[in-house]
Amino acid sequence: MTEQAHTHLSGLEPLVITPEIGFVNVGERTNVTGSAKFKRLIVEERFDEALEIALEQVENGAQIIDVNMDDGLIDAEAVMRTFLNLVAAEPDIAKVPIMVDSSKFSVIEAGLQCMQGKGIVNSISLKEGEAAFLAQARTIRRYGAAVVVMAFDETGQADTTERMVACLSRAYQLLTEQAGFPPQDIIFDPNIFPVATGMTEHDNYSLAFIEATRILKERFPETHVSGGVSNMSFSFRGNAVVREAMHSVFLYHATKAGMDMGIVNAGQLAVYDDIDPKLRELVEDVVLNRRSDATERLLEAADQFRGDGKQQVKDEAWRDKPVAERLQYALVKGIDKYVVEDTEEARQAHPSALEVIEGPLMDGMNYVGDLFGDGRMFLPQVVKSARVMKKAVAHLVPYLEQEKKEGDKKGKILLATVKGDVHDIGKNIVGVVLACNGFEIHDIGVMVPTEKILEEAKAQEVDAIGLSGLITPSLDEMVQVAQAMNDEGFELPLLIGGATTSRAHTALKIDPVYPHGVTWVKDASRAVDVARKLTSQTHRPDYIKSIQADYLEIRERTAQKTSKKPLLSLDEARRRAKRIDWNDYTPPMPQHPGLHVIDWPLADLVSYIDWTPFFRTWELAGRYPDILQDAVVGQAAQSLWDDAQTMLKTIVEESWLEAKAVCALMPAASDGDDVIVYTDQTRQTEWTRFIGLRQQSDKASANLCLADFVAPFDAPHQDHVGCFAVTTGLGIEKAQARLPKDDDYADIMLKALADRLAEALAEALHEKVRRELWGYANNEALSNDELIGEDYQGIRPAPGYPACPDHSEKVKIFEMLDAPKNVGLSLTENFAMWPTAAVSGYYFSHPESQYFVVGKVGEDQLHDYAQRKGVDLATAQRYLRPNLAD
Amino acid sequence: MLQWYDPARVNQLQEALSERIMVLDGAMGTMIQGHDLDEAAYRGDRFAQHSSDLKGNNDLLSLTQPQIIRQIHRDFLDAGCDFVETNTFNANRISQLDYSLETLSHELNKASAQLAREVCDEVSRITPDRPRFVIGVLGPTNRTASISPDVSSPGFRNITFNDLSAAYQEAVNGLLDGGADVIMIETIFDTLNAKAAIFAVEEVFEQRQAKWPLMISGTITDASGRTLSGQTADAFYYSMEHAQPMSVGFNCALGADQLKPHIKALSQIAQSLVSAHPNAGLPNELGEYDESPEDMAAVIETFAKEGLINIIGGCCGTTPAHLAAIIQAVQPHTPRPLPSALTSEMVA
Repeated sequence: MTEQAHTHLSGLEPLVITPEIGFVNVGERTNVTGSAKFKRLIVEERFDEALEIALEQVENGAQIIDVNMDDGLIDAEAVMRTFLNLVAAEPDIAKVPIMVDSSKFSVIEAGLQCMQGKGIVNSISLKEGEAAFLAQARTIRRYGAAVVVMAFDETGQADTTERMVACLSRAYQLLTEQAGFPPQDIIFDPNIFPVATGMTEHDNYSLAFIEATRILKERFPETHVSGGVSNMSFSFRGNAVVREAMHSVFLYHATKAGMDMGIVNAGQLAVYDDIDPKLRELVEDVVLNRRSDATERLLEAADQFRGDGKQQVKDEAWRDKPVAERLQYALVKGIDKYVVEDTEEARQAHPSALEVIEGPLMDGMNYVGDLFGDGRMFLPQVVKSARVMKKAVAHLVPYLEQEKKEGDKKGKILLATVKGDVHDIGKNIVGVVLACNGFEIHDIGVMVPTEKILEEAKAQEVDAIGLSGLITPSLDEMVQVAQAMNDEGFELPLLIGGATTSRAHTALKIDPVYPHGVTWVKDASRAVDVARKLTSQTHRPDYIKSIQADYLEIRERTAQKTSKKPLLSLDEARRRAKRIDWNDYTPPMPQHPGLHVIDWPLADLVSYIDWTPFFRTWELAGRYPDILQDAVVGQAAQSLWDDAQTMLKTIVEESWLEAKAVCALMPAASDGDDVIVYTDQTRQTEWTRFIGLRQQSDKASANLCLADFVAPFDAPHQDHVGCFAVTTGLGIEKAQARLPKDDDYADIMLKALADRLAEALAEALHEKVRRELWGYANNEALSNDELIGEDYQGIRPAPGYPACPDHSEKVKIFEMLDAPKNVGLSLTENFAMWPTAAVSGYYFSHPESQYFVVGKVGEDQLHDYAQRKGVDLATAQRYLRPNLAD
Repeated sequence: MLQWYDPARVNQLQEALSERIMVLDGAMGTMIQGHDLDEAAYRGDRFAQHSSDLKGNNDLLSLTQPQIIRQIHRDFLDAGCDFVETNTFNANRISQLDYSLETLSHELNKASAQLAREVCDEVSRITPDRPRFVIGVLGPTNRTASISPDVSSPGFRNITFNDLSAAYQEAVNGLLDGGADVIMIETIFDTLNAKAAIFAVEEVFEQRQAKWPLMISGTITDASGRTLSGQTADAFYYSMEHAQPMSVGFNCALGADQLKPHIKALSQIAQSLVSAHPNAGLPNELGEYDESPEDMAAVIETFAKEGLINIIGGCCGTTPAHLAAIIQAVQPHTPRPLPSALTSEMVA
């Protein structure tokens, strides 16, 4: 190597000691042997204040902090760990490297085990001989720290220039040749002893140090020379002015000789040129041992210069700002010193304690969140902010208790950050906000494994579980928790939150594995409303239904979107088909097979109406019945609803519309992706074939096709499928004629109601099929909400919808049912039903049959489909256009 | 000073590294996910009766579904990768505790290294001019030595340096017993964990009186440009320097695009070789990585063109197709010049 290697140190940030740096300040105040105050704080375990001392040093310019816990009253090993762990959580301190300082090697090791950065060990020496020295040096090297070597050998502490140089040169040799130390990681401490003690043999100590420094730096230019500067002025304890002058003068000369590091009180260093010239000369005489009476002369003059040293001036300007800004500043900076008094001030200025939280405190935390998002704050800082927030809230808790009304107790909610994730600011905020709103919060922390979450949820008998996470692997963890909850038969609502979570992920990945109300909570402000609804016995079922419906929609939309992932080949997709064990299952035999035509009394349909889509028709977003209370659209919704009830009453009472239904339950079997429908029970003649489409996206679950739900022709038991067509649109032209002329409102209302009635008829007919005609669910007794939520066995997918997107397949249903004749329904050339208030589709009975989204299909399936359906490629392309991959 | 365990092998590696940019493999996890294995598959016969759920314990597949792991290694080597990383990201005692399989750590590491060894040897025989190397992987574990899991108790830790170091020693021994050529400490989100790993590695080297090349790869977790435990890229490097690694680099958390400035920073100061194995882009809202091989390779090529890297590979979401594209992209470019200090260390 040609150029000189620099010493590399680090805390959270790097410190490279280049010649340009000149002199590295090592903060000395976090040293129990040097600071009585620090020692008292440590002994009394007032770590908060002890940390403040560390912070003060860094703010005053210490580039490294020396930490020493050597004291008879202190368990130095344990306290070294505790203190360094606490420092690690204070980014403004932890940014600088640590010098772990002890005369006991076990304490040094304890310290090294708590430092992620590259620090310095202070110190080792040849006191116990070469073997012990090398063993310690190798260990330090293995921890990756630089080392201070004290001029101390088997014969004692070196106190002359010659001994200092000899002792340290020998140490250098051993370190570089036998312990693998690079020269730049070696720092010499030739010993700084007190001078001006009155004993003449001490008079030359400072000069000896300065001379030794000069020789060592010439000999080993890549090393550094350091020392505990305040030691030299020991005899002037109590006279800060003189001591500072002594330190300053000593450093002035020692640094010129090559001393480039020192343990100093960074806040109390006089500038050499600022020292009273008279005092400076007296001090210089002492330091450089220039005259034999130097000590006496300084002692005589010392009292003239007595003083307390410099006042510590910290930048406290932020304290003059308005309270909200002070709170924000404290949150951003992680300063908890004034947070209680500021919070109290804010409380007195606000009508309630809750408003302090929801106002200035949340504003502050949101700002922290923004800074974090921009990369202008990083995690350890944000954790500190959260701690300040907690302290503020703790102060408010008693007031919040008072504010709470009697019996205002709401549910109990378990909160956890999932396994593998340590982020919990968001979770904590949610916890705080919920607690403020009367919920009992059971927060079990971060990195919580699934089993623990389930265990605690049971043990604490909570009403809901909230999961949080910030990193992407947490998404999978959440899915696993949901899956485990399902496996263990949980029915508690599950709230999902955290920066990495999204409505889409919740809808696509979590909601499908846990059917008891998975709800994504965007932020803390939404948490209260969601938690209220989910823990309320009255609102919960409806709310869950509405959320699930939203998520289903998202799933459908997403499946339509182009996926960047390549599709599976049709062969592979078929290999991944859903496998129902048909040997182990006997499909239900219809009680009343064949064709059924039913005229349905309109009045019987009213209770089957799902009103939510009705409001959507009118472009009012929201779930019935919540929508009637909605803050924004509630009024409009209510008046619409009133008008609808009036017209519906007329429609029913005056029989404006006719409700007709037809269905058929036929012997059937699957053949690959097709469903064969036979003409009769002999199963000799194929009546028709429903041509199925299979999912081709590469996904974790099976690649579904409706045919998967029907027993294959070679299965041990025979299966059936059904199809149906219903309408409530007959008579609608006549009905329209009864409406006032040019009344668009009434016209749309009539059509919307007819549509709802058709859907209600489809629902009612499906129920009749399940309970009577097919009869596999004759004990089923479901409320309308449960029907809307499809809480029953079997499905009724409709051609043109996601599970079977080809509208043209309706032709076969209409033929089978003879729909034009039986219910007056016909198909347009584009396979739309007329009248429009109509529904048609298939019935599948298997308990595992489910709605799904075919999504994109590949070129291979398109060809295969065209062939199976017996149409040319262009026709198949037209039928499947929306599903074709680009 | 310790000597190389296998000087000839290190020499081969060093020669290759001086000639070209060498290529790590891609995402083991992503490839395993593609197999859509269920609980029973993870368990195999041997762990059919095990008390905890084992689904998701990818490292266990080296024992229960070795053919899958072998095939994944093979696919990456066939794509042209020079290194395979052992399937041992969580094969340490601490992470395995989640599955009550903590006693299996040595066996998992050894078996995974053997699998990788076999496949590497197999492919090396086919392409003798291009020997393949086994990287024994030490993951970060699932605990952090620098961060409290409890926000209100910042001084608390749920893992100690000594526990980490003991767990890593066990893992390293397994990896070396199974025939790893190189040890890599990777996805370092907490430098103190990595320091414990280095401590363990050196302890093992001393016990064996021989050393193996060491690779170190950290993780910059977010927009702040720092590790999870708060260090900047250069501070991280200085904390690792004492291990005298063959290479240092970054992997995971970011796509090639976002990782580049940090690799650049490292490349300017590192006295060792520089490696990178980014994710296939940033995760989309479903947490999936969907950057295409072409897009990723295009960014990686700029790494190579600017002389930032010696070793390149892929992390989350990268498939053999990604690696094939990356190999093609970096092929025309020369590796980052070897710092002189390292050359002398490598041949020492």
